[in-house]
Amino acid sequence: MTAQFQQARWNEPLLSDIGTPGERGFIPSAPEAEIVARVPDTLSGIPASFQRAEPPRLPEVAQPQLMRHFMRLSQETMGNDVAVDFGLGTCTMKYSPKVNEHLVRLPEVSGLHPLQHVDTVQGILEILWRLEQMLCAISGLDRFTLQPPSGSAAVYTNASIVRAYHRSRGEGEQRNEIISSIFSHPCDQSGPYSAGYKIVQLYPGPNGYPEVDALKAALSDRTAGIVITNPEDTGIYNPHIKEFTRLVHEAGGLCVYDQANANGMMGIARAKEAGFDLCHFNMHKTFSSPHNGMGPAMGASGVREDLVRFLPAPVVEKRGDRFELDWNRPDSIGKIRSFVGNAQIAVRSYSWILALGPDGIREVAETAVLNANYLAALLREVPGMSQPFPTSNTPLEQFRWSLEGFKEETGVGSSDLSRNLSDYGLQPVFTSHHPYLVPEPITPEPAESFSKDDLDTFGNAFLDIARRAQADPDDVINGPYNNACRRIDAAALDDPDRWVPSSRAERTRNRTPVKGD
Amino acid sequence: MIGLVVNPVAGLGGSVGLKGTDGLVEQARALGAVPHAHERAALALRQLPPDLPIACAGGDMGETSMLLAGREPTLVVGAAIDGTQSTAADTCAAVAALAAAGVELILFAGGDGTARDVCSTVGDTIVALGIPAGVKIQSATFAQSPRAAGELAAAWYVGRRRERVAEVVDLDDSGMAHGRVGPRLYGALRVPLGPGLVAGTKSPSNDEDQATVSGIADRVAERTQGTTLLLGCGTTLAAVGAALGLQTSLLGVDLVRNGAVVVHDGSEAELLAALTDDGADIVVTPIGGQGFVLGRGNQQLSPAVLRRAGIGRLTVVATPAKLAALGGRPLLVDTGDEATDSELRGWHKLVTGYDEETIYRVE
Amino acid sequence: MPHPYIPNSASEVRAEMLRIIGAKSIDDLYTTVPKELRYTERLPMEEGIPEEGRLRRHVTSILNKNTPASEMLSFLGAGCYQHEVPAVCDEINRRGEFVTSYAGDTYGDHGRLQALWEFQDLMAELVELDVVTTPNYDWSTAAAMALRSSVMLTGRKRVLVPAALLLDRRLVFADYLSHDVQLDEIPFNEETGLLDLDALRAALADDVAAVYIEYPNALGVVDHQAPEVVELAHEHGALAVVGADPTGLGLLAAPGSFGADFAVGDVQPLGMHMSYGGGLSGYLAFHNDPAVIESCPAFIFAKTETLEPGQNGFGYLNFDRTHYVKRGEGSQNGGTTTALWAITAAAYLGLLGPQGLRELGEGLMQRSRYTAERLGEIPGVTGPRFSGPILKEFVITYDNHEVAAVDDALRARGIFGGKDLSVDFPTLGRASLWAVTEVHTKDDIDRLVEVLTEVLA
Repeated sequence: MTAQFQQARWNEPLLSDIGTPGERGFIPSAPEAEIVARVPDTLSGIPASFQRAEPPRLPEVAQPQLMRHFMRLSQETMGNDVAVDFGLGTCTMKYSPKVNEHLVRLPEVSGLHPLQHVDTVQGILEILWRLEQMLCAISGLDRFTLQPPSGSAAVYTNASIVRAYHRSRGEGEQRNEIISSIFSHPCDQSGPYSAGYKIVQLYPGPNGYPEVDALKAALSDRTAGIVITNPEDTGIYNPHIKEFTRLVHEAGGLCVYDQANANGMMGIARAKEAGFDLCHFNMHKTFSSPHNGMGPAMGASGVREDLVRFLPAPVVEKRGDRFELDWNRPDSIGKIRSFVGNAQIAVRSYSWILALGPDGIREVAETAVLNANYLAALLREVPGMSQPFPTSNTPLEQFRWSLEGFKEETGVGSSDLSRNLSDYGLQPVFTSHHPYLVPEPITPEPAESFSKDDLDTFGNAFLDIARRAQADPDDVINGPYNNACRRIDAAALDDPDRWVPSSRAERTRNRTPVKGD
Repeated sequence: MIGLVVNPVAGLGGSVGLKGTDGLVEQARALGAVPHAHERAALALRQLPPDLPIACAGGDMGETSMLLAGREPTLVVGAAIDGTQSTAADTCAAVAALAAAGVELILFAGGDGTARDVCSTVGDTIVALGIPAGVKIQSATFAQSPRAAGELAAAWYVGRRRERVAEVVDLDDSGMAHGRVGPRLYGALRVPLGPGLVAGTKSPSNDEDQATVSGIADRVAERTQGTTLLLGCGTTLAAVGAALGLQTSLLGVDLVRNGAVVVHDGSEAELLAALTDDGADIVVTPIGGQGFVLGRGNQQLSPAVLRRAGIGRLTVVATPAKLAALGGRPLLVDTGDEATDSELRGWHKLVTGYDEETIYRVE
Repeated sequence: MPHPYIPNSASEVRAEMLRIIGAKSIDDLYTTVPKELRYTERLPMEEGIPEEGRLRRHVTSILNKNTPASEMLSFLGAGCYQHEVPAVCDEINRRGEFVTSYAGDTYGDHGRLQALWEFQDLMAELVELDVVTTPNYDWSTAAAMALRSSVMLTGRKRVLVPAALLLDRRLVFADYLSHDVQLDEIPFNEETGLLDLDALRAALADDVAAVYIEYPNALGVVDHQAPEVVELAHEHGALAVVGADPTGLGLLAAPGSFGADFAVGDVQPLGMHMSYGGGLSGYLAFHNDPAVIESCPAFIFAKTETLEPGQNGFGYLNFDRTHYVKRGEGSQNGGTTTALWAITAAAYLGLLGPQGLRELGEGLMQRSRYTAERLGEIPGVTGPRFSGPILKEFVITYDNHEVAAVDDALRARGIFGGKDLSVDFPTLGRASLWAVTEVHTKDDIDRLVEVLTEVLA
């Protein structure tokens, strides 16, 4: 084995186990004597029964030890800044420029209260507005809301808009089905489902994408619309997409484009020309805002002109040189979350797009597709690797291939191989969302941030792991070896009698049945 | 205590290109096949905690694997069987003896035929789990690998002991006679409910999701309320029966009318006799990995029955996991009547969840 | 010119990669996208600024049009608060390892998973419930998720929520729930600001899935009747969803201590900057009951053992229940939420500890009571408007002046006044909601009193 990486392994104790009773890490500013003198009884008006009986069992630890604890945990984390992290297909891990991190930490961003008078937030409103213009250009649609705090929330927003649209036409009750495809992201089904829709799924035809005839069989006067990814999570582009949107429109439905990951398509093809009425982009995927360990994030939902009235409130309006927040939106779906959204994400994405401009944005897409195809060429050499569809050989920004043959030969599956990448300083490669239509899948997505050397490193590591698995399956099954922890007892994660979501749960196990029915 | 039974000839046929081993042991041996079921069983045994008590069948039906795994059996049931002489009857006898010895879970190494033997002996009275060692593995009663079988058994034994019902599917040997080879449902076993069997944690198990099955059942029950219903075979459709408050047959076709089972596990003639001019909703689900929904294992749903009920009233239900296992292949019908088959071919709207349907091709 | 963000843009490297792929040009890689769908123009957007210095100046020049509340004297709250942010919190949540991580797993991201588990662990102690999920987007969406879970668990389709609710929260509830759930509002007592318990009793019936109550409520009042509300809900087989601002929980009874089935709130005050609302992060807690966990798809991490004795490992608790597996059968939506703020909140709770959290709560109560009384002494001001106890917010009303006009006048003098309530609560008249926290000194409050007196004179 040629692994050279060794992650920090601190075996760091739990935060609740460090420190000594009586220690302090931070002292909040105390009120002045005059205030205390005037209000001596802090709990006046709070009945004794509503006062906390026991102090919370929080750590008591001094600042140096706490700081050290979290720095060690950070060293046991392989963010994109420290590891080649393009394994996570469908997530578009890419470089997040540091200048943007500096910008969002300026008090002109971090110190803003969301209810400040608009006169005092003209700068942030201008950023929101300018970013919206850029997204309109990239999609061809007319307006965007930046309120949804994630891609899933953006899909949900779009499903809510579809719901509001049909209601406004008196067809809300009748049109209760959303069509999607099994290779679209799972949130394309769970989002509409949360908005009250039944889901009609399309499975891939022989070329990896759903067939026009399948769509025709799905359409009816109950169709509210279609929510679909293209290219799908397989990296395969459905060339009949225009026919899809035409048929859905003919049946009276709306077409929603999941462009959470638009990394191979920016400047190449747009939602508008393909006939979509709505779309969404993830600012934390395609548009470089860091994933923040799983948020905060932003999904931007875009619509064509006649659906603008349904957007969540408020929207940013430009009147002359002045920016305003328009709350007066009687047809709006309401709100997806509090205030205007995660404004700091908008600053990052605006700055990133601006750094690239129209030519750079297109170059991003082209490089992402170049990288994916190059990596595909490298991984084609892995024994037992197969392409589930003929179209899998010409992927766009990512690809989903199968190691079924390898598993049959060695007993070592794609998740085993993937997990061992950690030993090489690489993030594991994503297998697939559920269900595994492609057996023993891998889905890498090497975005534009990765160099040919990075790709070679990954390809060589993957081949090395495959060779090791052929020589000694147990070697790979028992890996990884060089990370912050060894192989876990995964069964305990799924067993209600053994799972440990908190120390408190361990103490009180089985003592708290739920009330109600 | 865990019980172990090994079908020592399992997998023998596959290693020399036969489609199974049942009844073909001599032929396989003549072709040079070497048994490997012991090793696969031993691999599973190595995942069990050292202090876990294990009862096993004698000789090559268990003891040999224990020896390979370096484990001392707590108890050996039955005489030592020579692997070259082992038969299905021996498997059944060993399973019965383990059950009598009071084991709480039976680990059996073999293939679909072995699962059938376990099922026919103990049914769902004891929890059982297959260690994949045979040629044919269509039944949902097997773990994904020998190692996973051991891990799952251990997790079940020390944990909360949740189970699911899993179908035992094998090639239909009665069908062989008239040339229509296909899978048939032979019953169901209670198997441990699996946590993710791979060591990664983002990889979901490909187990049939019980919540999805009950969602499908609730939806079909709602939809068919008040109609006459022809209910095909399988655990998913038994769940539909349960959602209707009825005890329907797992292996046969039932006719339900006015909230009662009118024909239980009926023959073609009985079903025809019970159908009226009002017809019936027909609900079927694919059995086994080939995707047959009609014509294999449910021949009672003959062209005549289907026509009497109304061909347009066929509903296919399936869990997404089952569809995924088809690997993109279409669902199949082979009723023996080309006219009927061609009417059934085309795109169907499958019920795949309480609020989910799937457009899928039937050929 | 090669762009600094894009390696592989040198033409030789590209040519070599294309050669290995077996393609002539980049365009060859797009053959699957039909020509008629291809966008052939240049995207109509601002021209690029590849130089970092110019870019920074450009963006900063726009941002400089903002006047941050943090640099002014601000009394805005209503769901987003200016609290002290320990430098350690900023230091931790700017670490690139955390910031640029995502869904890395048990092995490579061991540290991130441990930090998120520690958030769950400390929050569980704070709210006295066993399971805390990775946080939701904000308090409102966390509460909506708990109400949706209640509907699923009880099979009932009606929920009772207080009328003393922020407008934002009301709108979020409406969007998440109202397509199939009836939302009925329970009025508040005009004098105390507490929930009208008689109205609650009248509205409760066996068709109610859940009752929602929070402390403090949208009027700043600490509704200490929460235990009675929980009991009433349970009497009717309904679940109780209790919202609690964590900054009060060093002093006030924890939701779990009086039988709440769900606890929700926002951890933004625990070490997060306001960031125009981008610092929000909604916590969600409940019992360690598989049925409840099944109903709620937010990620939860579990601690487990590894091959090495004594070593902790972490992974997703029952991943199969999330929408990533269940798709169309996914009861609710999750996704990328606010993990970085969870890590930060864990650090904050560790820094303050039980003593710090108690002192924080005491200081909040003293300052806000002091400020409310001082403002109430100003001619033309009635306040505090409600007699119920307060934590860090309170309502005042003006006898003669419109809130917006007063706010304008204050702003001209460098003060951001309280939130105008005349839209959210028109019946209260010229009311506004003021937030006072540990960032405010006595001098700040004296200055406010002086300026407001002058404005109202």
